[in-house]
Amino acid sequence: MNESRKTAIDPRARIARRAAKELRDGYYVNLGIGIPTMVANYVPVGIEVTLQSENGMLGVGPYPLSGQEDADLINAGKETITELPGSTYFSSADSFAMIRGGHIDLTILGALEVDRSGSLANWKVPGKMVKGMGGAMDLVAGVRRVVVAMEHATKSGAPKILNECTLPLTGYKVVNTIITELAVIQITPNGPVLEEIAPDTTFEDVQWLTGTPLLIREPIRIMH
Amino acid sequence: MMNKVFETCEAAIADIPDGATVMLGGFGLCGIPENLIAALVAHGVRHLHTISNNMGVDGFGMGLMLEAGMIASHIGSYVGENKLLEEKVIAGSLDLTLVPQGTLAERIRAGGAGIPAFYTPAGVGTVVADGKEVREFSGRSYVMERALTADFALVKAWRGDRLGNLVYRKTARNFNPMMASAAGCTIAEVEELVEPGTLDPDSVVTPGIYVHRIVLGCRFEKRIERRTTRGVTQ
Repeated sequence: MNESRKTAIDPRARIARRAAKELRDGYYVNLGIGIPTMVANYVPVGIEVTLQSENGMLGVGPYPLSGQEDADLINAGKETITELPGSTYFSSADSFAMIRGGHIDLTILGALEVDRSGSLANWKVPGKMVKGMGGAMDLVAGVRRVVVAMEHATKSGAPKILNECTLPLTGYKVVNTIITELAVIQITPNGPVLEEIAPDTTFEDVQWLTGTPLLIREPIRIMH
Repeated sequence: MMNKVFETCEAAIADIPDGATVMLGGFGLCGIPENLIAALVAHGVRHLHTISNNMGVDGFGMGLMLEAGMIASHIGSYVGENKLLEEKVIAGSLDLTLVPQGTLAERIRAGGAGIPAFYTPAGVGTVVADGKEVREFSGRSYVMERALTADFALVKAWRGDRLGNLVYRKTARNFNPMMASAAGCTIAEVEELVEPGTLDPDSVVTPGIYVHRIVLGCRFEKRIERRTTRGVTQ
């Protein structure tokens, strides 16, 4: 977990740092793989959150010290982790009962595409190796608030926020908030509302990289 | 005297026939019945219908069963760690069904609990709901999913006793308790086989009623899939 040493200009770190501001004291949170995992490095001072791992653990701790890895202790990304005082273990059935039952306050996950109604695609790319959805469909259907933390566009500059998803869906109308290196966007019944914008960009630039018209709620705040 | 103890993994799995439906516990390589898998591969049955969250990796866990050509169909939630599986699915020699992880866990739990089907919000509006009943409750849509059972379940626990009572360790619990309850014959491999009375009755996770055979694993490799650390031990 060396992300905190990188400069704030690194887009992935910027996204993770901003996503961490969605955390509230006392939250139970499930973090997805990739940028969402980095959110744990930016938990604001004075806020205590409990991380859930859907394979069957509450109270996920940091990676172990070298030499102290335990094959029986991994997160949902199959990475070795540690336990904390108060950590608990349970079966995957209990874990997803927790998730579907609305007991998890917030999930932050990555996406391939999100559309203006909040539908999400993040599990299958046609023509690529079949992998599977894992727990993503249960998480987006069951967790109280769903935040997508992703880079605003693909590496080739194609928009990932669209009128309608083109890839197979993970969930239909499930996303509440999108956080990218350029903007914070709320999904509302009227469509996607641009609420915050990065200090080094403009509304026109953000709209250029977005495949659907963004609504504006004045004043647009500067993203920190 | 009730004695479910088998001396070897080979003996414990010897009557699993061709074409059987077999559940295998574990998440990734964590909490997999690695000794029973090795015995099954050596035994050489074919056309198995497997149910397991993952499919091991190339060269370990269920990956060994795949390489041995023992699997005709598989139900799981994530199989991205296995290249051979993709080849077999594309070639049409293996029938793969992908299920949301929580739905998979609940289908197995339901199978063991006498619940034939249930409604879940996971997968509504996606390909997962295609061809299934979708029903509204209190203004929200849910998809009907059916229970899963198996002829055999191969599970892994940390400690177990002669009566089949099991205790798991950390996140190696995962799918093992539900699978233990959902099969006609549940075979548990354990790292420590203890006398009845040794396990704290309040801490037993799988009561022995669900376990038909128990065997002490002869060799645990307990391979780690992604070794992540935060530095060097002081």
